[in-house]
Amino acid sequence: MTAQELLSSACEVSEAGPADAVDGTLPQVVARPRSTEETSALLRACHDAGLAVVVRGHGSKLAWGRPPERLDVVLDTTGMDALVEHSRGDLIATAGAGMPLARLQERLAEGGHQLVVDDLVGGGPGSTLGGAVAVNLSGPRRMWTGAVRDLVIGVRLVRADGTVAKAGGKVVKNVAGYDLSKLMTGSFGTLAVITEVTVRLHPVPEADRWVGTSVEPERLAAVLTEVVHSQEVPHAVEVRVRPGAPPAVVTMLSGTEAGVSARAEALRGQLAALGCEAKVHDVAPPWWGVLLHPGQVGGTQRPEGSRPVLLKVSARLSGVPELLAQVAGVEGTGNGSAGAGVLYVTLPADERAGAKVEVLRGTATQLGGSAVVLDAPPELKADLDVWGPVPAIDLMRRVKDEFDPTRVLAPGRFVGGL
Amino acid sequence: MATRPEVGPEVLGMAPEGEAERIAQQTPSADGQPRGTARQVLEDLRGSIPEHLLLTDPAQLTTYECDGLAAYRVTPALVVLADTAEQVAATVRSCATHRVPFVARGSGTGLSGGALPHAEGVLVVTSRLRTLHEVRPQDQRAVVDTGVINLQVSKAAGPVGYYFAPDPSSQQICSVGGNVAENSGGAHCLKYGFTSGHVLSLDLVTPTGAEVTIGTEAPDAPGYDLVGAFVGSEGTLGIATRAVVRLTRLPEEVRTVLAGFETTDQAGAATSAIIAAGIVPAAIEIMDALAIEAAEAAVSCGYPQGAGAVLVVELDGAAQEVAHEYAAVEAICQQEGCFEFRMATDATERAEIWKGRKSAFAAVGRISPDYIVQDGVVPRTSLPAVLRRMSEISAERGVRVANVFHAGDGNLHPLVLFDASEEGATKRAEEVSGMILDLCIEHGGSITGEHGVGSDKARYMPRMFTDDDLDTMQLVRCAFDPDGIANPGKIYPTPRLCGERPRVRQGAHPMTGDGVEVF
Repeated sequence: MTAQELLSSACEVSEAGPADAVDGTLPQVVARPRSTEETSALLRACHDAGLAVVVRGHGSKLAWGRPPERLDVVLDTTGMDALVEHSRGDLIATAGAGMPLARLQERLAEGGHQLVVDDLVGGGPGSTLGGAVAVNLSGPRRMWTGAVRDLVIGVRLVRADGTVAKAGGKVVKNVAGYDLSKLMTGSFGTLAVITEVTVRLHPVPEADRWVGTSVEPERLAAVLTEVVHSQEVPHAVEVRVRPGAPPAVVTMLSGTEAGVSARAEALRGQLAALGCEAKVHDVAPPWWGVLLHPGQVGGTQRPEGSRPVLLKVSARLSGVPELLAQVAGVEGTGNGSAGAGVLYVTLPADERAGAKVEVLRGTATQLGGSAVVLDAPPELKADLDVWGPVPAIDLMRRVKDEFDPTRVLAPGRFVGGL
Repeated sequence: MATRPEVGPEVLGMAPEGEAERIAQQTPSADGQPRGTARQVLEDLRGSIPEHLLLTDPAQLTTYECDGLAAYRVTPALVVLADTAEQVAATVRSCATHRVPFVARGSGTGLSGGALPHAEGVLVVTSRLRTLHEVRPQDQRAVVDTGVINLQVSKAAGPVGYYFAPDPSSQQICSVGGNVAENSGGAHCLKYGFTSGHVLSLDLVTPTGAEVTIGTEAPDAPGYDLVGAFVGSEGTLGIATRAVVRLTRLPEEVRTVLAGFETTDQAGAATSAIIAAGIVPAAIEIMDALAIEAAEAAVSCGYPQGAGAVLVVELDGAAQEVAHEYAAVEAICQQEGCFEFRMATDATERAEIWKGRKSAFAAVGRISPDYIVQDGVVPRTSLPAVLRRMSEISAERGVRVANVFHAGDGNLHPLVLFDASEEGATKRAEEVSGMILDLCIEHGGSITGEHGVGSDKARYMPRMFTDDDLDTMQLVRCAFDPDGIANPGKIYPTPRLCGERPRVRQGAHPMTGDGVEVF
């Protein structure tokens, strides 16, 4: 019996085409369940037949991590895209995993709310809610509200064997039982399939301002200290480095119209006192909150046909200037949250990329963080240690063994070959 | 408070000689293998841990028979006062070798019996792990041993412009390890989130005795978010000995407001209006008339005379924004009928306002001989309906309920008052307490917002979660604690056997028969 025959009673199933390949690995079929129940039926059937499953939203981050060891079914979540609940008085919302983040934000904005998640994937349809949760995607404003993991308060999930469970709930404060929402967030679809997510919302501020400046490398540490530790409540502090240009530092302030203007002015003054000329803007710079790519004017669009090496690099806050110097040292392009200690770095995919990754990883680890290769051309990825050293990998292996003992969910894609 | 006999297993202790061993040997562990005894653990530890840190004297053991929830008392078989993480590890390793249950305890302020000892097990006390290693404002981090008191972190960080945002009402005595175990956040969760969002990395002793570091100092450590899973696991996934926590910048300005209302409905309406105006205060707390009465009796906090409810609103942040929000909050409170509105401008006045709120639990002892501190959560929008129903229940059952709650996030702390010497009063109070939890579940809330499930609420877990939900949580337990020796009997009414595979459970659950575990 073919996979299609086997699974078609569970949900809509179609034959896979070349566009459905996951980082070069072609599945047999694409299944598109429209509900948690259909997802459960599908996974039960896959589990019983030993078919390997990779979950896909819009597919923008599908090539991140290692290619799956084996793949039979791509589980497309876009059929589960309903806004289940937006409780305005409670500042929470529940939506299907396949809900596009952009559409969710539009709907929430009608009530003056937002999910404070910056979708780093510029262009195209953007991320789905489930996709953002699966990789714990967080952009500039994580400095204000925390990362996705801090905003997810409940999930409905389907285990590898089809068992449906929920964790957390729809109240912000809830400590009953283990916080499985956090365990699922950032697990790259290797523990269970998330079908529904409940998130904490924030009011949309009345006004935003960006205070931007470019800095001589030797003054970067002082400038970052000034803005990151400011009492003007920065909602984001982003830095950008690229070959041949001085680092840029841009601080976002949000609040009331009167408040932000005054705060932005105050911050500009503080920077001026450091001998640093800054400007206040009403809009974000074009590179704000998007993944950068080298070799293109502006650097925000991936050049046609190229696939640079993309890394997520982190360090303790005081180590960010050193990390940025290292990025410049390996001729990388980087932007990210100096206020959180997380940078996204791109390197040209050439023969020196592997050595550069090691250099960055060495520095990041020494500074209390890590360096993960999210994306790279297949031939390079095969040679790279994509995830790098992972603390407590044995415990993680045991968690995976419990949730997915037969390894049908994205086998090999995550840390330690889980 | 009255004891609850159904949870008070026979106290075995270390004596009489041989008896504990005999009974313990009959107690199978999760996979049916015999368990060893605390005496064997004691033998293992002699020589490596100084004698004075190993408590076996029945009188000394009795000191540790309960935590902040005195309704449950069990004398542990052995208490180990750990001075170092290595001693914690040696103890747990020995427990793992002999399959002896262990329970971790910090300052013992928990209110759900999370640190209730196991009669045949070892109580590992971490409160002597009190080294505050580092405060690093430049990294917005502090590195502390888990026995360090919550408030000490803020006190150490204050002079350099930072503080530790999670602040349970017990912050003057509770330990960071306890905050981590219970994910106990306090009044400022509304704006600053739970403890969970403020812990970056933990050094653990896992239930198998391994010393492991989870997370990194930087955010988003690669791999599963084990820190996220561990925080709030109530001692069932191991013992944390050291934590790297996030420090939060002290705000430029703080304004704390006390508003007096005639009714809780008005105070509730003001809360909703503040949130609807797009303001996220650092805290919004409501106390009802009975809670105010108790606080006045205890600490003379000088809350508005004749108030049916007071609202405590704290606004913090950049001065410009705080001024704006303050004006809005004042207008809203006036509009909702507040008859007195005060603002604290300095730390002393602020402490005055918070004094009544933070002492409310203990203060209730002044107006009632016995009381149950309940901890439930409802969606904020359900607060009016839930409060009305609670007062109906209170009237129907003739049981007084004082209310203190974190109104901003719907976390209720009803104080159910009773007099144990009055016949049937204890039972009625427990019934009312349970009905309040059911009410929370009915409204889509939770049975605990910060105190944890512990020994007290395990039986309510199946009302909030399905068997499959609970079974899924047990997968995490099995990954960390395959022998089921870490704080057994807490949180979950029926732990799952870790050797079995999902959906192949057969027959009666071995841990639920023969009184092996008492839930």
